Amino acid sequence: MAKKFELNEVEVWDGNYATSQALRQAQVDVVAAYPITPSTPIVEGYGAYKANGYVDGEFVMVESEHGAMSGCVGAAAAGGRVATATSSQGFALMTEVLYQASGMRLPIVLCVVNRSLASPLNVRGDHSDMYLGRDSGWINIDAFNAQEAYDLPLCAFKIGEHLDVRLPVMVHQDGFTTSHKAQNVRPLQDEVAYKFVGDYVPVDDMLDFSRPVTHGAQTEEDWHFEHKAKQHKALMDSTKVIDEVFKKFKDLTGREYKRVETYYMDDAEVAIVALGSSVETATLAAKQLREEEGIKAGVVAPRVFRPFPYDLIRDALDKESLKAVCCMDKSAPGGAMGALFNEVSAAAYTTQSRPMITNYIYGLGGRDFSIDEAKRIFKEQKAHADAGHITTPIQQFSGVRGPKLGFFETKRGN
Amino acid sequence: MSRGVLATEKRGVRELGAEEKVGWDAVPQGVVLNSFDNILKENVSHVKPEDRDYSDFNSYTATVASWRVIKPVYNRDICIDCQNCWVWCPDTSIISRDKQMLGIDYDHCKGCGVCVEVCPTNPKSLLMFGEAQELEDALAMWPEKKKKAK
Repeated sequence: MAKKFELNEVEVWDGNYATSQALRQAQVDVVAAYPITPSTPIVEGYGAYKANGYVDGEFVMVESEHGAMSGCVGAAAAGGRVATATSSQGFALMTEVLYQASGMRLPIVLCVVNRSLASPLNVRGDHSDMYLGRDSGWINIDAFNAQEAYDLPLCAFKIGEHLDVRLPVMVHQDGFTTSHKAQNVRPLQDEVAYKFVGDYVPVDDMLDFSRPVTHGAQTEEDWHFEHKAKQHKALMDSTKVIDEVFKKFKDLTGREYKRVETYYMDDAEVAIVALGSSVETATLAAKQLREEEGIKAGVVAPRVFRPFPYDLIRDALDKESLKAVCCMDKSAPGGAMGALFNEVSAAAYTTQSRPMITNYIYGLGGRDFSIDEAKRIFKEQKAHADAGHITTPIQQFSGVRGPKLGFFETKRGN
Repeated sequence: MSRGVLATEKRGVRELGAEEKVGWDAVPQGVVLNSFDNILKENVSHVKPEDRDYSDFNSYTATVASWRVIKPVYNRDICIDCQNCWVWCPDTSIISRDKQMLGIDYDHCKGCGVCVEVCPTNPKSLLMFGEAQELEDALAMWPEKKKKAK
């Protein structure tokens, strides 16, 4: 029986440590992991809990991240609660197996500490790895600070393992900005946290010898499509359970999470849509701009990136006051608009007001995103609003040195 | 055409891929295939395959005989029951009981010839013949023991 961990009402934890504590409290059966910056302290911390008697489950050291996720798939198919953590190149190496996990409907929790992808090699935070996995069929939840990096993995087990969902869940946090920044965190006591997560309920577990099953079957053109359709429906329908779990978490802790977070949006004329720790930067900028210059700025942040909350984004943007929206993508777009721009535009197209939407690529490889830069972007949106059309290229780069970069123009101005 | 030893009314009774094509709402979650419709009361590893009540989702009930163009024929008179073929067969299509070789499961054998390759007897106790060759005729044309070349 694992030892109880003494916790204060308020602890000073960074995002990695907060996540490792959440994994410990969820009483995970198997963690199969391979270390990579900046996520290493999550599994390092978990290994220390194991070595010191705070964990009953197994820790499996593997030869690579492909092996880590493969071990997780095997352990989950066998019938255990399973989790791991990774970043960047490790995430890229896991990608093949991510699709296996979701297709096999195994509710693994993967804690992703977001970091850029080489080349050039870089260990700092951007959302390249998050975007790489966005079509892999996992639920994607984003933590913006250390408290959330503790809260959301607890919710992730409860969401993914719900019998109406049975899908793997990623919980993202920004590399270094969140993962290595010590902040006040209010943890739950061990028994309270475990009671919230609940006992694992196995489904089609291979260790149930009274019901022998085959996992990982091959399907060709006669069956594959139906299985993928069923999987997609499960992912789209998981929103109901996500909302329920967030509500239960609020009832327990007072901390409220929504699939889309909004700040100062009631009367906003201009808005930024962003993910991760930049949400807090943009929110501060909006607050200051309102006080200093009377610009009605607001912020919209998809807490759940997959399934993408088209409904709640539409509701957040469907306001007569709202004229211009900037979607901030922290990933090299590779020959397209940023993913957030594409998704948000699709949602906004269904609104009555149809605000103007632009796209900024920013923060690549850990380039700092400042409050002043967020203010400048808000003001640029205000200029679009005053002109009645987008006055810049639709896609621009924020914070890059050299001549201005911009792509794609609107035709609505002429 | 022979279906081989220990064929039952469950084994290889449907062509693989001839299942009823149900819609997305009726396929099993996670592409999980249950080998049995019922909850088992005893350890199934203690029950011989021909005595198991397999579901239609177990490959036991499917046949892939049509994939084969050549087949192994087994000659009991030469076999020494070494079990090499049983060990090496990639499709569990060599049937052996109590370490005595019984023959081939022609519902699942794909005709790869590995069993012939690994057979150590002289002449071999398993040889490949055309799929249409009758077993009796194949046995009648079995080669003689080869003398060692000096």
